[in-house]
Amino acid sequence: MSMSDTLSLPVANIEAAIECLLFVAGEPVPISELARALEMEEIPVESALRSFQVTLTERGSGLNLIRIAGGWQLATRPAFSEVVARLLTRTSTKLTRASMETLAIIAYRQPITAPEIEAVRGVSVAGVLKTLLERRLIREAGRKQALGRPMLYETTPDFLHYFAISDLSQLPAIDLDTAPPVSAEAIMHGNPSLSTPISDEAENSDQTEDTLEEN
Amino acid sequence: METVQGNFTTSNTTARHTIFNTPSPHFKTAVFEGPLDLLLHLIRINQVDIYDIPIAQITEQYLQYVAVLEEIDLASVGEYVLMAATLIEIKSRMLLPRPPQEAGEEDEGEDPRAELVARLLEYQQYQGVVEAFRTWEEMRKKLFFRTAMEHTDDYILPVPEGEAHVSQLYSALMRLLSEAGLEEQPITAVTPRRRLSLRLKMAEILRHLQRAGEEGLSFEALFDLPCPRYDIVLAFLSLLELLRQGRILAFQENPKAPIRLIIIALEEPNEYE
Repeated sequence: MSMSDTLSLPVANIEAAIECLLFVAGEPVPISELARALEMEEIPVESALRSFQVTLTERGSGLNLIRIAGGWQLATRPAFSEVVARLLTRTSTKLTRASMETLAIIAYRQPITAPEIEAVRGVSVAGVLKTLLERRLIREAGRKQALGRPMLYETTPDFLHYFAISDLSQLPAIDLDTAPPVSAEAIMHGNPSLSTPISDEAENSDQTEDTLEEN
Repeated sequence: METVQGNFTTSNTTARHTIFNTPSPHFKTAVFEGPLDLLLHLIRINQVDIYDIPIAQITEQYLQYVAVLEEIDLASVGEYVLMAATLIEIKSRMLLPRPPQEAGEEDEGEDPRAELVARLLEYQQYQGVVEAFRTWEEMRKKLFFRTAMEHTDDYILPVPEGEAHVSQLYSALMRLLSEAGLEEQPITAVTPRRRLSLRLKMAEILRHLQRAGEEGLSFEALFDLPCPRYDIVLAFLSLLELLRQGRILAFQENPKAPIRLIIIALEEPNEYE
């Protein structure tokens, strides 16, 4: 089927087709995948998604179309959450504060090693990392080219999904420049060079930045 | 001390009672996420400027908390003791008279608290993020999604992020086996014992992939068809082991595209040689 054939479909049909795709997928579908299935360009697909979003609201549907974890997905409307929760058995638990803090640090400084996280939090993170890995909120992202080749960690699409955001750019802006990363070495050796001016840490932060850029 | 909101007292035992057994508004449920969390809490309740921390006062309160912690949770006290040492070091540095300005490698004018403040500020920012995360988590819990049903064997969803799924590797293996005409072979067929071990095969695959560089190789290229079933199985096992060890990566542009394999760390010495 050529593209012009599909494009000549009435808008309502494209929306219906999108509804089908999102219904069967059961996970966030990137626009590229929708476009591939619809044999359409991504831009018209995106506008069809937007108008489908409006259509759902106008028809008073119990479903809502949201952008989440790098794709589009049908979700129940928050207003009906209690009804749905009564039907389903609740299994999920909230993240602990330790998990939250660790996740926050990883989200902003990924990829990041365990000692680097510990330098920020001031406490060991081994157990927390294990939990976060098990919950698939983070994953291993290779090893840092540094002494001991420590494992690097980054957030996953499941992380985005857990907080219902579509990508990392939606994270609240923070100003890490006012608080330069503390060298992990200083913490590990238990002797932070307290008199060292902050700017002297350029070497350490350079290393971190390099890894960030590679990613 | 007595004016401090946190109800710290000078005796450790009393402090414990104050902190954990009486309905003190601040410490009844105070469980800290570590030394920085505790420090920020002390700064907050004492209403002092984070850029101008009264080190003596804060250190004293900090040590009292650590003493209490020592009695109730010895395991986690270590992390706090490190910070206590840091605080005491800062305190002693601040007590020392400033040596006359001499051109040295160290900037004598530097506030001994500077690095601690920087750490506290960074940590505080992440605490702010945690608040946002909490709100999002709460909102997200109001959303429900349809979980994907089992799809028929004919269709599977694309694997996210271009990574090949185990089942796709499996179907590729099955395709190879059938191409090699090995499916119909009677199980009584005699295969001569081969010397090649898994280890050697892994080394061989790594070598091939190293040579292929970033381009990588197709899944099929690893199999020298036609060849005995043993070789196919061995190559496949080596492949799985290398994937498990995270030394190679299997990916696929789309579900119909050939599976491609690339080596992950090119500079890594091939330890199976």
